[in-house]
Amino acid sequence: MITAEFDYVAPGSLDGALHALADGGEDAKALAGGHSLLPLMKLRFAAPALLVDLRNVPGLRSIEQENGGWRIGALTRHADLQAREDLGVVAQAAALIADQQVRNRGTIGGSLAHGDPASDLPAVLLALEGAVTVRGRAGTREIAASDLFEDYLTTAIAAGEILTDVRIPALAGWGHAYEKFTRRAEDWAMVGVCALVRRADDGTCADVRVAFTNMGSTPLRATATEQALRGGPLDAESIGRAAEQAAEGTEPPADLNATADYKRHLARVLTRRALQQAAGT
Amino acid sequence: MSSKVPIRLSVNGRVRELDVEPRLLLVHLLRDQLGLTGTHVGCDTSNCGACTVHLDGEAVKSCTVLAVQADGTKVTTIEGLAHGDELHPLQEAFWEDHALQCGYCTPGMIMAAADLLARNPDPSEEEIRHGLEGNLCRCTGYHNIVKAVQDAAEVMHGSAVADRQEVSV
Repeated sequence: MITAEFDYVAPGSLDGALHALADGGEDAKALAGGHSLLPLMKLRFAAPALLVDLRNVPGLRSIEQENGGWRIGALTRHADLQAREDLGVVAQAAALIADQQVRNRGTIGGSLAHGDPASDLPAVLLALEGAVTVRGRAGTREIAASDLFEDYLTTAIAAGEILTDVRIPALAGWGHAYEKFTRRAEDWAMVGVCALVRRADDGTCADVRVAFTNMGSTPLRATATEQALRGGPLDAESIGRAAEQAAEGTEPPADLNATADYKRHLARVLTRRALQQAAGT
Repeated sequence: MSSKVPIRLSVNGRVRELDVEPRLLLVHLLRDQLGLTGTHVGCDTSNCGACTVHLDGEAVKSCTVLAVQADGTKVTTIEGLAHGDELHPLQEAFWEDHALQCGYCTPGMIMAAADLLARNPDPSEEEIRHGLEGNLCRCTGYHNIVKAVQDAAEVMHGSAVADRQEVSV
């Protein structure tokens, strides 16, 4: 399959890339690893007139500690993340994305800016309460994960803006897990669940966060499950009861592989497994 | 028509300079313009892995990489894996272990396995199966492919040990 025709530039600076995007207007798209965008272009679901490749922009591929948290450059690939166990659930989830060849090209910035609710890192960023930094010609702004994902393939990043960094707060003392169910290993998640748990000194649940992949048009928090667990015991029974509420209020889209009811079932089962793993029960 | 873009890349050790259409895929550059037909097009949707080549030493699906994105990189295809007449240990092991039937997936499978062994020189059976999940084979049931990767790992590990001993002498 061949994409529609397009023009291509690969500027050597972020300012150059911003200028090129501005000149291209609404028909221009930024290109990172291309593993979300190029398949859509080959199917002609997307036909940008101009691709602005970010590969020559310096400083976008890095993993640094900052204010006790992490600052990850947008062009950092899933393969870079999977090799960094100190990134916790980010590394765990990155290792489960598609297959090694895809992880060798796909980037964290590309995945988040694409905003596909079936991809894994959006739910992880939401659970971590992280943020992204975007740069436009008017300046730099930060967008919290809870404001980033607006609808299916739609984010709060404006036309002409480029996602440059991903910020992840330090989560010392939290247990974590990412559980994902797929038909074949390399497929998109039918459902994925990111769970983070912090135990109080007395063993009860001091805080908990649960976020879903592919349970709606954006990644979602499982607020009923979180409320059921927060402040209470963290044994298998409490986790099981809280996980039963995981799918409350969700309207997951049915697809070739799963009905909406089956996805709700998966959400409950995977939430229980992820919480048990994160809580170490 | 969109204007062509000049690119310069190394393919199997030979520097190539070409003007390409931006929408040209790396796999078509390799097959149609450079005549390297060992790299196959299978699904054309980044699922099957038949088009796997190395970009700067790492396995990628060349049906999902634009030729212009490969500007400035080193590309290795199945044709560039052997040293002259001496087959790569993975090629030798696929032959010895009957790890192919129709052979369509084999070039991609071997390039993915080479990436796997570079990351993990001594993988378990489970790690091999996990590491090759981006490559589909419809003939073998994978059993002999896994065996071939294990055997190649042993040969490569053995020669790595021999190399170290030579250095230490």
